[in-house]
Amino acid sequence: MSKTLNILLMDPPYESSNTATAFRIMESAINKGHNITVFAYEGATSLTLKHQKGHPNPVKDTTAAEEKHPLTKDFVTGLFGLAREKGTSFRWVNCGFCVDERGVGEWDEGPERGGPPQFAEMYKNADQTLIIPTSR
Amino acid sequence: MSKYLFIETRDPFERQDTVKLYGLINELSTKGHDVALFLTQNGVLATRKEAKVPLLPVILKEKNVAVYADDYSLEERGISTSDLVENIQVSGADTLVDLTMETGRKPVWY
Repeated sequence: MSKTLNILLMDPPYESSNTATAFRIMESAINKGHNITVFAYEGATSLTLKHQKGHPNPVKDTTAAEEKHPLTKDFVTGLFGLAREKGTSFRWVNCGFCVDERGVGEWDEGPERGGPPQFAEMYKNADQTLIIPTSR
Repeated sequence: MSKYLFIETRDPFERQDTVKLYGLINELSTKGHDVALFLTQNGVLATRKEAKVPLLPVILKEKNVAVYADDYSLEERGISTSDLVENIQVSGADTLVDLTMETGRKPVWY
């Protein structure tokens, strides 16, 4: 049976394994037909920044193309695509204040700007909410 | 009785809080609650036979506690299933989602 999972993320990109685990949970849930809402708070608002780009690795003497550096914005875009393919709903809301503080307000199509009222609404409408705090 | 899901991401040798969580699980189990412990990221380091982690052997014997180890995290750390203590269930994100979405189960991330 399709349910709605609401996730609150706080970790910034490239710092904690929490981010990869959260993406794995979202992918699995979508594949199972569940709907997902995500509230990105604090550093997690940088996950969708469109200016992220891969880089070469001078230690291994590889180019950016050879490195295929995984970018969190691409994971999020991929999750939107997977949800469309599976016919489920995927909603990603970035905390507006957190976005402004960090100057990370430019993102690809999909994410939206919101705040605590949107999180409260998502919490109320979800079957389950998973809070993923920053790694300590 | 309540149903809990604890998701433990931390290495017990780095964070003593992890052992406190095992103690909490032991107390909840003793009081008859249904507890699932999902070990992921560095949390899986506790599952090795060679790791002497206080209280984990106790909760592994509790009939109303299920302990899972994330296959992805085990593989990343080079831990094979033959390295694990008994009663650990190797699983993945699909199991974690099923537990999280189970009606009435309360998920708590550490």
